[in-house]
Amino acid sequence: MEEKIKLNSDSFQPLAKSESLDNEKIAAPSLTFLQDAWMRLKKNKGAVVSLFIVLIMVVVAFGSTPFIDHNSLVKSAPKYANLPAKIPGVSINGFNGKLKVAGKWVDEYRQNNVPKDKYFVLGTDYLGRSLAERIIYGTKISLIVALVATFFDLTIGVAYGIISGWKGGRVDTIMQRIIEIISSVPNLVIVVLMLLVLKPGMTSIICAIAISSWTTMARMIRAETLSLKSQEYVLAARTLGESPLKISLKHLVPNLSSIIIIQTMYTIPTAIFFEAFLSFIGIGISSPQTSLGVLLNDGQKNFQFLPYQMWYPAIVLCVLMIAFNLLGDGLRDAFDPKTRR
Amino acid sequence: MRKYLLKRVFYMVLTLFLVATITFFLMKLMPGTPYSNQQKMTQQQIQIMNQQYGLNKPIWQQYVIYIFGMLHGDLGTSFQFSNQPVSYLISSRIGASAQLGAQAMIFGVFFGIIIGSIAAINRNTWIDTTSTVVSIIGKSVPNFVLAVLLQYYIALKLGWFPIADWGGFSYTVLPTIALGVGPLAETARFVRTGMVDVLNSDYIELARAKGLSKFGIVYHHALRNSLIPLVTLIGPYTVALMTGSMVIENIFSIPGIGEQFVKSILVNDYPTIMGVTMLFSAGLVAIILLTDIVYGIIDPRIRLSGSEG
Repeated sequence: MEEKIKLNSDSFQPLAKSESLDNEKIAAPSLTFLQDAWMRLKKNKGAVVSLFIVLIMVVVAFGSTPFIDHNSLVKSAPKYANLPAKIPGVSINGFNGKLKVAGKWVDEYRQNNVPKDKYFVLGTDYLGRSLAERIIYGTKISLIVALVATFFDLTIGVAYGIISGWKGGRVDTIMQRIIEIISSVPNLVIVVLMLLVLKPGMTSIICAIAISSWTTMARMIRAETLSLKSQEYVLAARTLGESPLKISLKHLVPNLSSIIIIQTMYTIPTAIFFEAFLSFIGIGISSPQTSLGVLLNDGQKNFQFLPYQMWYPAIVLCVLMIAFNLLGDGLRDAFDPKTRR
Repeated sequence: MRKYLLKRVFYMVLTLFLVATITFFLMKLMPGTPYSNQQKMTQQQIQIMNQQYGLNKPIWQQYVIYIFGMLHGDLGTSFQFSNQPVSYLISSRIGASAQLGAQAMIFGVFFGIIIGSIAAINRNTWIDTTSTVVSIIGKSVPNFVLAVLLQYYIALKLGWFPIADWGGFSYTVLPTIALGVGPLAETARFVRTGMVDVLNSDYIELARAKGLSKFGIVYHHALRNSLIPLVTLIGPYTVALMTGSMVIENIFSIPGIGEQFVKSILVNDYPTIMGVTMLFSAGLVAIILLTDIVYGIIDPRIRLSGSEG
């Protein structure tokens, strides 16, 4: 006969939680698109460092606003003119208030009878204005220009591209023709023409960027929209009678986001370069207002004798450009791993 | 093909016509007048000046005259240099700019190809890293900063080349480098990417199996195929060189178009500004058309878009 096995509740033991059915499963935690890209971006050291540099610059440039009085940036103080950098407690030549004059290091602060407790971290320019403050303000201008260019890229560029690709047919042809015309005039000529009509300064630079910066973005968005348009989920949305606006916001824009982010990162350095370039040749922002281009132009005149006046803004501008370029490359690799080499 | 060409040329002319129109009317909106010492001039003098330059006619007449003149190669008379036609001003200065631009393009593309292919062959080694760093820096450092540094350290301190001005070949070396570094960096990145792709393909594997030398493979097989897309970059390079020439010619005091353009802007010399604008636009449009055609010829896989329509 069968042996009777006595089973009571003690014979059974509940499994430990960790040994649930799931432990047979082989899967990474499912990541959203952004998390995935962020993970890849984190592996790129250059891009992470650049991201930090950009963030620091943004914080310093915009955080300084309450501390840097614009009036003192413009007002000259001739008795402090052309002082080299001086940081208290640092005795490296070039940062201790000494300047190389005819091969010898001379303490410019003592020579000009500057009060003992007065010092300028990066020295002063030819009108005695603090170079450090002017550089920070100039960086802010560069970043504002970058922000504005990004804004037009994201609004006009994206909207234009989507409309052109979505509508197709005659509308598309006309819109593409317009882009072709805009982009076959050198950007610089557009900028110059805008500067002539408006007064040289921030407004005209911004207007010029508004006209010319978004064409590349619009082209890329249009090309991608054309291929997205025939995707099943878009067709489904259309069949269900979704309005074109909602389709573009809910279905197209999320799928275009990698292109948008990558292209934006290429627009930024271009815009920063443009502002510096225009101010440098004297048709952008001009003295006594300040920007990195203005500082470079001022510094270049005295480069032989006071090299620091050009070097500091040049370094800041180059670091800014390098950081944005590296970050752009990193983001491209992160969002579009197929192109990665 | 012919239909495509005709269509493209038609759009080209249309574009230039629109540019001319827009430029003309923008100029008319411009504040300021070309007579810098106007305060001292009597009403009569201003009237005579206006008559001489045709500024007293209604705007639409000025426009018609301008467009017709342009069709005959007459770009008006410069305000800045009395009685000098703009076309003469441009033609006397275009030589220096063209030479500089061509040299910079050749310098940038040539060295860019070399650096890019060396990086691709030695992929993921220190050589590759170095060339990547060089091209990032070359792309990021603005050319006018580089120009000032070159001028000071190479020309003034070391005395290897003339500091400024325009004479023989030695005068062109530094401006060429300053202008060409941007294209160089871009080319190096582009060639490296293309080359890495090509080097991984099957026919390169076959060439290696055949026992071809490394140089033979790169020179005969890889380079040619990775260079074709480079043609598309010529358009953007032209723009970069036009932009760059404005500031580089200024720094090195080269009597070229770019330098004149900046000067004309600063003194409100409308006819010259319009002339140079037209020149830049025409040059760019022509080069874009040319590269599209050349691209279609050297890479038959690319069908010229619209050729069927």
